[in-house]
Amino acid sequence: MGRMALEGLRVIDLGQVFAGPFASRLLADMGAEVIRVESALRSGRGGIRPQPGAVYPDDDPGPRPYNRSAYYNELNRNKYAVSLDLSLKEGQEVFKRLVQISDVLVENFSPRVMKNFGLDYPVLCQLKPDLIMASISAYGASGPYRDYVAFGHGVEAMAGLSQLTGYPDGPPLHLGVAYADAVAGLYAAFAILAALRQRRRSGHGRHLDLSLRQPLTSLLGEQILDYIVNKRLPPRNGNRHFLSSPHGCYRCRGEDNWLVIAISSDEEWASFCRSVGRPAWAKDERFATAPRRWQNQRQLDELITGWTEEQDHQQAMHLLQRAGVAAAAVATACELLADPHLKERRFFEEVTHLEAGTHPHPGMAWKLSKTPGSIRRAAPCFAEHNQHVFGQLLGMPAQDLSILSEKGVIASSPRP
Amino acid sequence: MEEALSGLRVLDISQSISGPYCTKLLANWGADVIKVEPPRRGDTARHSPPFAADQPDPEKSLLFRYLNANKKSITLNLESKRGLSIFKRLAAGADVVVENLRPGALAELGLGYKVLEKLNPALVLTSISYFGQSGRYRHYRGSDLVAQALGGLMHLSGLPDREPLKAPGQQAEYLSGLTAALATLTAIYFRDETGQGQWVDISAVEAMASILEGAVLSYSYNEATRQRSGARHPTLYPSAILPCEDGYIHVDSGGEIDTLSRFINEPRLLDPRFQENPRQHADEIEALLLPHLARRKAEELFHSAQEWRLPFAPVLTIAQLLDDPQFRERSFFATIEADAPRLGEHNEEVLIGQMGYTHRDLVRLREMGVI
Repeated sequence: MGRMALEGLRVIDLGQVFAGPFASRLLADMGAEVIRVESALRSGRGGIRPQPGAVYPDDDPGPRPYNRSAYYNELNRNKYAVSLDLSLKEGQEVFKRLVQISDVLVENFSPRVMKNFGLDYPVLCQLKPDLIMASISAYGASGPYRDYVAFGHGVEAMAGLSQLTGYPDGPPLHLGVAYADAVAGLYAAFAILAALRQRRRSGHGRHLDLSLRQPLTSLLGEQILDYIVNKRLPPRNGNRHFLSSPHGCYRCRGEDNWLVIAISSDEEWASFCRSVGRPAWAKDERFATAPRRWQNQRQLDELITGWTEEQDHQQAMHLLQRAGVAAAAVATACELLADPHLKERRFFEEVTHLEAGTHPHPGMAWKLSKTPGSIRRAAPCFAEHNQHVFGQLLGMPAQDLSILSEKGVIASSPRP
Repeated sequence: MEEALSGLRVLDISQSISGPYCTKLLANWGADVIKVEPPRRGDTARHSPPFAADQPDPEKSLLFRYLNANKKSITLNLESKRGLSIFKRLAAGADVVVENLRPGALAELGLGYKVLEKLNPALVLTSISYFGQSGRYRHYRGSDLVAQALGGLMHLSGLPDREPLKAPGQQAEYLSGLTAALATLTAIYFRDETGQGQWVDISAVEAMASILEGAVLSYSYNEATRQRSGARHPTLYPSAILPCEDGYIHVDSGGEIDTLSRFINEPRLLDPRFQENPRQHADEIEALLLPHLARRKAEELFHSAQEWRLPFAPVLTIAQLLDDPQFRERSFFATIEADAPRLGEHNEEVLIGQMGYTHRDLVRLREMGVI
């Protein structure tokens, strides 16, 4: 394997599910050396009891559920892990030494937590002036809501997204994943790399005060400007497009199988009618132009459903795509894992974890031609790298480590 | 003012949303972005609604304005020989080129990665497409809806007994732009270390498929297909959007149903069945919550719940976002309201000021349809 893109970059990860660990995971995938610092009381991976909502291999949490959570293992692959209690003075001292040999610190506690530990940016930058510290909180570290708590789904509501998510005739809904966290994690990794470029030029570190909400609201820019300039509020629009039709999700043969179709031009419409064997639709006055198709989209959707209900959703996608029509099967997780296109691009990678077995995981979110990155190591078990990090990287004698163990500053397993 | 990405020279030939959002993020952090637009028509986003005062004028598209603030605009016909040679001169001095043509189209113009690499080995070329530069679907027709469907997000959103629901706006476009900005800076980091540029290949479908967390893992670990969860959190409960007196609020116990029970003074929530598996009893729990919520307003519920450290959050409209005290104090809207360049506004600055062409050259280039 050649040199990786972020080789030589050392990152400390204090992140809790999911924005913080995701940001540092993206850096780890590209070769950064990411060290998770976890508390034995609140490790972020659950304790000795199974976590609610977690996915365990074969639905079996096993005797050490904290090493078996699929979700944790996905977010923390390619990383190292140590245990350290930051609420104790000795833990804070060890942490400070770790900061001195690192480039980046990622944390997503509420803004007051690092301060309570005596480990906030003003303290740490005294020790390490070129440190990049990224703090990701729900609403940001300043302003009246700085101490308010929120998880990803709540942030969707506060960001303006939920109000627009839903069927045209129904209430606001959530998205099916913690979208706010994913977006904030990507944005934080981007901001960290921008700050690292600044450091390369100036020699200075900086504190990045990031929120879950701002990057998410930024994805609604044109709707916000439409309100600022035209005082118009967008409707909840389901799968419809504001200009063109057909643009929707249509039921296909079988259980919960669906096809999306997005047609904008008259040529695509004509091509669609030919390929589905309904040339008469192309001549129908009601659907002759884009504005007419839009006005009559209800009738149009009914006609199209009449066709799709008889079709296999995968075959219908290929049939329409061959005719130059933007169409796609609505993929389930099972279909994603089996997708021949993603297979050709080697998107999923198999990971073997000592305690969780071998399973496919989504691989790199992008392809870099010279530094492709990969899943080099499975997620660490709890405290797996205490010896490596404290002993080798920090050069602490074995005797000191056993004293810290006795005092409960470091641990080998989570405490109940 | 020196900003994080000051001095990073980005040449942006992308149009519509994904590429321009990538370069908007770079520009927001200080990069010097030159947008290269086709003469006369410009970026397709200039022709996309919404328009200021609903006037379909290429200088009034609000989509274009949002995506292209803080950039420079020059016009260049890349299908003409002169246009191509001007572009190559610019690329020779650039750090990054961003494009989102259909895969293969850049090479057909004579600007494939091999050509650009020879011209400037330190250059990072970022290509964004719906399906990626390789693989059997690379020439398939994409759209935001298509990428949301094939990328797996759509099947998870909406109600279980209705059709899958796409995320609002153009999320696959924006998400691929954000992913591209991160990948571009990753490549720049490597370039700054080694002097080597490279080709960055972003697929909107893969950008989507990378953020599905538990939904993919449920299947890859246990062959379980997750159902669409509507207004509820897919696995945890209580965590759902529910109606209240004057709108909707995200109700959340933060894993502490006891606290929620005390907050709304509803002891029936302490039922041991709810403690054991709250998600399974969501309908019963909601029946207890709804009458209480119906008597209270979203804003008041939000602030009082936060005093109990309960992560409630009101469902805000865009109008409410603009009045939000948190956004205001953090000057959030300044980045949304900035102005975008007129088509070709910086032709003189770039071609004369930076490249040494004369006014007379520009007149000729204009006549030849190059700019």
